[in-house]
Amino acid sequence: MSGSDYTATEMMTVAAARALGNEDVCFVGIGLPSAACNLARLTHAPRLTLVYESGTLETKPHVLPLSIGDGELCETALTTVSVPELFQYWLQGGRISVGFLGGAQVDRFGNLNSTVIGDYQKPKVRLPGSGGATEIATSCGRIYIVMRHNARALVERLDFMTSLGHGPTGHERRAHGITTEGPALLVTDLCMMKPDPVTMEFVVVSVHPGVTHERIRENTGWAVRFAANVDVTPPPDRVALDTLRDLNARTARAHGATAVD
Amino acid sequence: MSEFLELRDAVARLVRAGDRVALEGFTHLIPFAAGHEIIRQQIRDLTLIRMTPDLLFDQMIGAGCARKLIFSWGGNPGVGSLHRLRDAVENGWPQPLEIEEHSHAAMANAYAAGAAGMPCAFFRGYRGSDLARVNPNIRFVPCPFTGEQLASVPAIRPDVAVVHAQQADRAGNVLIHGIVGVQKEAVLAAARSLVTVEEVVDQLPRGANAAILPSWVITAIAVAPNGARPSYAHGYYQRDNAFYVAWDAISRDRDRFSTWMTDNVMRSR
Repeated sequence: MSGSDYTATEMMTVAAARALGNEDVCFVGIGLPSAACNLARLTHAPRLTLVYESGTLETKPHVLPLSIGDGELCETALTTVSVPELFQYWLQGGRISVGFLGGAQVDRFGNLNSTVIGDYQKPKVRLPGSGGATEIATSCGRIYIVMRHNARALVERLDFMTSLGHGPTGHERRAHGITTEGPALLVTDLCMMKPDPVTMEFVVVSVHPGVTHERIRENTGWAVRFAANVDVTPPPDRVALDTLRDLNARTARAHGATAVD
Repeated sequence: MSEFLELRDAVARLVRAGDRVALEGFTHLIPFAAGHEIIRQQIRDLTLIRMTPDLLFDQMIGAGCARKLIFSWGGNPGVGSLHRLRDAVENGWPQPLEIEEHSHAAMANAYAAGAAGMPCAFFRGYRGSDLARVNPNIRFVPCPFTGEQLASVPAIRPDVAVVHAQQADRAGNVLIHGIVGVQKEAVLAAARSLVTVEEVVDQLPRGANAAILPSWVITAIAVAPNGARPSYAHGYYQRDNAFYVAWDAISRDRDRFSTWMTDNVMRSR
């Protein structure tokens, strides 16, 4: 991003972090969600509770984990429970307010694919699969999604629905007896989207500084709509940027590689 | 009562061609040493069961041990794809691999059901997911009391469960601490079990609730120091994250993978 002193990824991470507050209990996925959640904890939301699917409750990692089960998560946790207990009592039991998810594909209703590109039986690309996502998507109070913005990721039609968002037409959650809110926010490196309260379709509510509507249209696989009043996302403040860069530098040193950006 | 055996003998006695074999350890305590011994003994046609296949199953699949995989997340954590798993699924190399795919919640519940002696697990899951369309072992049944549609999956009942732990005492009781994953459930669900341990000690740490597997639920224990590397053993050594990153390049190419396996697994004992 010429003319600014931060990258698009940093803007995305900071914007996602802002969505979390002290009162949240957050189920954290690895990668972009993990960076955003820990940034929130290290800046404006020090009492934010982070839960990773390896069973670590209320964990406060000093560096970002490479996997969901790094020792760092266990050593800095309040307690560590078994994986069945985590999914049965804590996730299914309704103790998690926010689930932070990513994926290979998302559609306009926040449905997510992390399973295959192409046909399931003869996949073009075999992706890792659900992990915790399928039940995180329906059991957490609400879902935030963070993904890089391009037309291969924000698609008209998913190749496979790993995790239910608002459903194929935007109104399927209730039919499945689901009482949780579902996708409430999509943060990308270009903009932020929220569901239209009637159609449940993601609409652009805020564009990151310097990003044009045209660029968002070109990089979205569906005919993307913009809210009546579109804000400009406030740029990352100095504290957030410094904290994020420190976190990433510590993480790179700890892992002896640069797998985290 | 558990019996102390050399790893080679334990694998030869407990793991048979065609078995359903669960090797568990959720990032932590992954039983690499035991898995490598299965590869060296060229035990074939296995149904491999593991929530997070990780590098170990990438190696076992690439080495031709597996006929089927039951799993819920098949990636190299924080790095990317498991290239041997993908090559088997996408191209049938070195042989076709049947997959039975679940979510973590389903596998965790299925192990717990296996440990509890139940035929199946019930939970609130898979709602709206296409996984239920492609896996006939995912079904929905009404709660007999409320009518709510619940997901059900068969209990996981492996022929053999293989796990790694920090310590055993001389009586063959086993201590696992840190991220405990589903290892206890896997051992209790299985017909036979093999536990590799970092070391044998005179006395396990006293604690009213230490995660202990009593000797009478374990078939065999083998001492395998560093037996979880490049995964980690809490209190002993850290996860070799740099190797997880390096594996991406090693495993991407069939020849490079095969050479690596020959040099680092087949010829090392």
